[in-house]
Amino acid sequence: MKPPKFDYFAPDSIESALALLTEHGEDARYLGGGQSLVPMMNLRVAAPSALIDLNGIAALRGIRIDEEDRLHIGAMTRTRQIELDATIARANPLLHEAAPHIAHIQIRNRGTIGGSLAHADPAAELPGVVLVCDAEIKLFGPDGARSVATGDFFKNIFSTALQDGDMITEIVFPAWPSTRRWAFQEISRREGDFAMIGIAAWFDLDDAGRISAAGLAAIGAGDTPLRLSSGETVLIGQAPGEKIFAEAARASLSDLQPGSDIHASAEYRREVGGVLVERTLKAAWERSS
Amino acid sequence: MSASTPYIGRSVKRLEDRRFLTGTGRYIDDIKLPDMAVMAIYRSPHAHARINAIDLTAAKAVPGVIDAFCAADIDMDLPEIPLRLAPFDGFERFLQRPIADDKVRYVGEPVAVVIASDRYIAEDALDLIEVDFAPLPAVTQVDQAAAGDTLVHEDAGENMATRYTVGRGDADDAFRRAAYTRRERFTTNRHGAVPMETRGLIAEFNPDTPLLRLHGATKVNFFNRRHLAAAFDLPEAAVELIETDVGGGFGARGELYPEDYLVPIASRRIGRPVKWIEDRRENLTATNHSRDIVCDLEIATTDEGRILGMRATVQGDMGAYIRTNGGVVASKAAQFLPGPYRVPAFSCDVQFLVTNKTPVGTFRGPGRFEANFCRERMLDMVAADLNIDPAELRLRNLMEPADLPYRIGELVPGDVNATFDRGNYPSALNQLLDEVGYADWKDRQGTIIDGRAYGLGIACFIESSAAGPPETARITVAADGAIEIRTGASSVGQGTETGMAQICADYLSVDIDRIGVLHGSTTLVPTGGGTFHSRNTVMAGNAVRMAAETLQARSIELAALRWNTDASGLEYRDGAVHQNDAAASVLSLVELAAFAQSRGTDEALAADAAFDNEGKLSYSYGAHAALVAIDVATGVVEVEKYVLTEEIGRALNPAMVQGQAIGGLVQGLGGTFLDHMVYDEDGQLLTGSFADYLLPTSTDLPDITAIALEESPSEFNPMGFKGAGEGGIVAVAAAVGNAVTHALNAHNIQINDLPITPDRLRAALRAVGA
Repeated sequence: MKPPKFDYFAPDSIESALALLTEHGEDARYLGGGQSLVPMMNLRVAAPSALIDLNGIAALRGIRIDEEDRLHIGAMTRTRQIELDATIARANPLLHEAAPHIAHIQIRNRGTIGGSLAHADPAAELPGVVLVCDAEIKLFGPDGARSVATGDFFKNIFSTALQDGDMITEIVFPAWPSTRRWAFQEISRREGDFAMIGIAAWFDLDDAGRISAAGLAAIGAGDTPLRLSSGETVLIGQAPGEKIFAEAARASLSDLQPGSDIHASAEYRREVGGVLVERTLKAAWERSS
Repeated sequence: MSASTPYIGRSVKRLEDRRFLTGTGRYIDDIKLPDMAVMAIYRSPHAHARINAIDLTAAKAVPGVIDAFCAADIDMDLPEIPLRLAPFDGFERFLQRPIADDKVRYVGEPVAVVIASDRYIAEDALDLIEVDFAPLPAVTQVDQAAAGDTLVHEDAGENMATRYTVGRGDADDAFRRAAYTRRERFTTNRHGAVPMETRGLIAEFNPDTPLLRLHGATKVNFFNRRHLAAAFDLPEAAVELIETDVGGGFGARGELYPEDYLVPIASRRIGRPVKWIEDRRENLTATNHSRDIVCDLEIATTDEGRILGMRATVQGDMGAYIRTNGGVVASKAAQFLPGPYRVPAFSCDVQFLVTNKTPVGTFRGPGRFEANFCRERMLDMVAADLNIDPAELRLRNLMEPADLPYRIGELVPGDVNATFDRGNYPSALNQLLDEVGYADWKDRQGTIIDGRAYGLGIACFIESSAAGPPETARITVAADGAIEIRTGASSVGQGTETGMAQICADYLSVDIDRIGVLHGSTTLVPTGGGTFHSRNTVMAGNAVRMAAETLQARSIELAALRWNTDASGLEYRDGAVHQNDAAASVLSLVELAAFAQSRGTDEALAADAAFDNEGKLSYSYGAHAALVAIDVATGVVEVEKYVLTEEIGRALNPAMVQGQAIGGLVQGLGGTFLDHMVYDEDGQLLTGSFADYLLPTSTDLPDITAIALEESPSEFNPMGFKGAGEGGIVAVAAAVGNAVTHALNAHNIQINDLPITPDRLRAALRAVGA
C-alpha cells in the first residue's frame, strides 16, 4: 500500500496552483486534506503524476459572514473547524450538526469541505448539507472564476461539474433565518462510517405557522446527494405535525434512488430513508416548539 | 504454595506497559538490519485460475529491484505447509505450498516475489509483473463445494477434505422417543483475527554457515523451527526463530504461512537480510480467516425440556487449502455443540469442504464461538416452544457438580479421553442471573420504549484450555541479584512477562522488580511448547513455579556447601536460606549466586523445569448476558449492557483477566455485528480494506461487567489456574442473538445467521410486516 511516484508542489496562491496544474497536465491533481485521494493513491487506485497541494494557500481558508448574512467557507477549511466554529454554529446550525457525523476526529482535523465536495461521494455528509441549503459553489479555473449552484454541481458517483483545471475556492451558504428549524440524522454501520442512509432537513414557518419553505436531502440514497422535492412539496403550506411529516416521508420515497452494497440493500436504504425523513422533520419541529 | 503470595492474585502493573506505552516496544518493523532489502508479493487477483505464463522481465528491470522470482525459479522442492493441529486423514491432499505453481486457488495466493531496496520500488515492480491467467469457475459456498462440479484440487477428486461422524449414546433412538424435536440451520460468518499489527518477518539466510535466522516469530517457534529446518534441509540448530514484540495474535499470528518460506528463500537468493511486512490489504486475504461454518442442528427433548439428544451436521468452509490448524474449527464446533449440558445422545456429521477462499485457521475460541451460537439459539427456541423460561431450561439441563468429572466421549477423532473436570456450572449461571437482575426481566422482554425494543439474552459456555505439549522454564539468579526467567512460551501482548514474574516472585519470595522475563526465541530456550489455547498461565506458569521450587532446593544445597553443614537444618524463606543456628545465619540469593559462580562456570544458581499436564485439560465455564435495545424502524441494535461470569479457577492477575474478558467480548461483538469477510460469486473479496471490513472501535462499547469466578480451582495444577483468554468471546453471538430475538418477540424474528446487521434485521421485520 505505497503510492507510485508523483511530483509534489506547494503553491501559495490560487493562480500559481492553476499554473502548476496546467503545466503538469491532465494527470496532475489538486491535493486538499488528502483523506480520500491519498488512501486511493496508497491502494494504487489513483496514480496522479503530480500533486498540487492547496494547503498553503491562505485565500482558500476562512469563515466569514457577508453583508447579506451569507456564510462563506473557504474550500480548504477543515471539517473539524466547521464542527467547532461558533460563527457556523450560528450561521448554519445544520452544517454544525452534520459535521460530527463525518468520519472520526483525526480525519476531520485534516479533511476539508472543498475536498469532500470535489470528491463527491454520494454517502458523504457535506455534499448533502450543501445541497439542501442551496449553497453556491465558487470555482476557479482556466477561464477564471465562476459559480455553480449545488443543484447543478453533483453529476454522478465521484463526478461533479468541475472541469479540467477547476478548483473549488469557496462555498457560499444563503442567509439562515433565525426561526428556521433543522435536523440531520444518519444511519451507519459504526460511528464514523459512511452513512448507509442520511437525511438533512430544514423548514421555515410563516406568520400563520405554516411551512413556507423546506429543504430535504438524502445521502447514501443514489449516485449523488439527492434533493427530495416530492417531500418538500408536501410540506409547503402545511402546519407542521406528525401526520404531515409522515406524508412527506412517504412522498420522499419516490425521490430516493438507492443502490445495494455489502452494507445495506436498496430496500433498506429506501425504507429507512423514509423513517429518517420523518424523524428529522420531527426533530426539527421539536427543537423549537 | 509459599506462605505469602503478594503477587499472585493481585493486579500487578504490567511489566511490559512501560515500553508499550512509551513507544519503545520493538515490533518486527522496528528492526532494521544492515544491508537489508524488502520483499513484496504479487498475489493472485483471481479466486481460481490456471497460470499459463509469468513474465517478470519488466519487474526485474525497475531500478532498485534486486531480484524477482516465481515458483519455477526456486531451486528446491517446494515444501508443503505442515499440519500442526487436528491433522485428519484426507487433509494431506489439500496442503499448500508457499507459492502457486500451475494454478491459483484464492484471491491473495502468492504467485511471484519482488525483492527491492524499498517497498515503494517493490510495489512499482509488482505492477509490472505480467501473468497470463486462464480463469476457472470459483467455488465459494460449501453446498457448491459438496456438489463437486468444480474441483479446487483436481488430484484429490473431490472438494471434501475429510468427513467423519462422531457421537455418544444412541441419538436416533433419543429422537424416536422424544416428545419434542426441532431442526434449524445456523451459519456463522467468515471473519478473522485481524490483529492491529499485521504479520511481518525478516530472514537472514546464510547457506554456508549454515544459518537461517527468522525474526518476527511467535506462538509455536519450536514446531515452526523443526519444519523450516526440514524444508530447507538444515539441522535444527542452524535455524533461529527470534521473537519480537507482537501487536496481537488471537490465533492467526505465528502459524506457518507461505511467507515463512518465501522470505527465507528471498534472503538466500540475494545473500542479504530480507524484510517482509504484510500490509493491511494483504492481511485481509493472506492471514487465516476463521469461523465459516454451516450447522444443521436438531434437538430432542422431553415435554419438560430435558435434552434427550442432539444431531448435527457441521460443514466447515476450509478455504482453498488446509493450513496448520487442520480441522480445528469445525471439529471443535462439533465437540462443543453439546456444551455444558447433559446431552446423553449426540451424533454429528462433520464435513471439511475446500473452496476458493482464503484458507482458514484458528481465531480466539475456535469452534466454541460457533457451537455456542448454534446451541444457545436452539435452546431459546426450545424454551419458547415449550413455554419454559430460558434460564430455567438451562438450569434443568446443565450438568451438576455430581455429574463431574464427565468423560465427553470421542467427539474429535482420536481424542478418546476428553473429560470435563470438576466445576459448578449452575453456580456460574446463577451468579450471572443475579448480577443482571434476571428475575426482573421476565416480563420486560420485548418492551418497547420510544420505538426501541428491549431484550435480554443469556448463554452458557464451557471452554477448554491449556492443551498441547509441555512448557519449559529456566530461572537463573545472577551474581548482581537479577533474576531471569526464560520460558518457551511466547508473548503476543497478553502480559506473559508479568504473569511469569508474579509467580516467580512469590515462589522465590523476592521483589518482582528484580525479575526479567525472556521468552519464546529458540536462541533463548532449548525447547518450548508455545502459546495457544489459553495455555501460558497454566503451562508456562506452572513450569516457572516448578523451576522456582527447584531453585529453592538448589539454594539450600549451595548454602549447605557454603556453611559446610547438613541441608536438613536449612530453610528457604524471604528470598534467602536461613540456618537455625545461634547466629541465625542467612545467605541471600545474591550471595548464593556469587558463591555458585565462584565454584565454576557450570555452577550457576539456576533451575530448569518443564510442566506437562499429561493431557488433563482444565475447562473454564460460565455464562453471558446481553441487554440490547433495537430501533425497530431502522434495525439498529445497541448493546446497552453486557455481563459475563467465567470460572477460571484462580486469577493470576485480576486486571489482566479482566482485560482478557473485555477484549474477548468486544472482539465477539465485532464477530456478531460487524466482522465479515464477504465474497462475491466469483470469489472476489469485497471487504478488502478497513472501509468495508468493519472492526468494533472504542466508540462501540457497552457497559461491561466481567466477573471472574474462583470457586473451582483446577485439580490439575497446584496453583489452580484455568485458561482465561477465550471465555470472554465464546458466547457473545449466542447471548446477543438471544437478546435480539427476545427484544423482537412480538414479531417472532429468529436469529440463525451472523452477522446481525440493520439490513438483515429490517429484511426479517419487513417480511412479517413490521
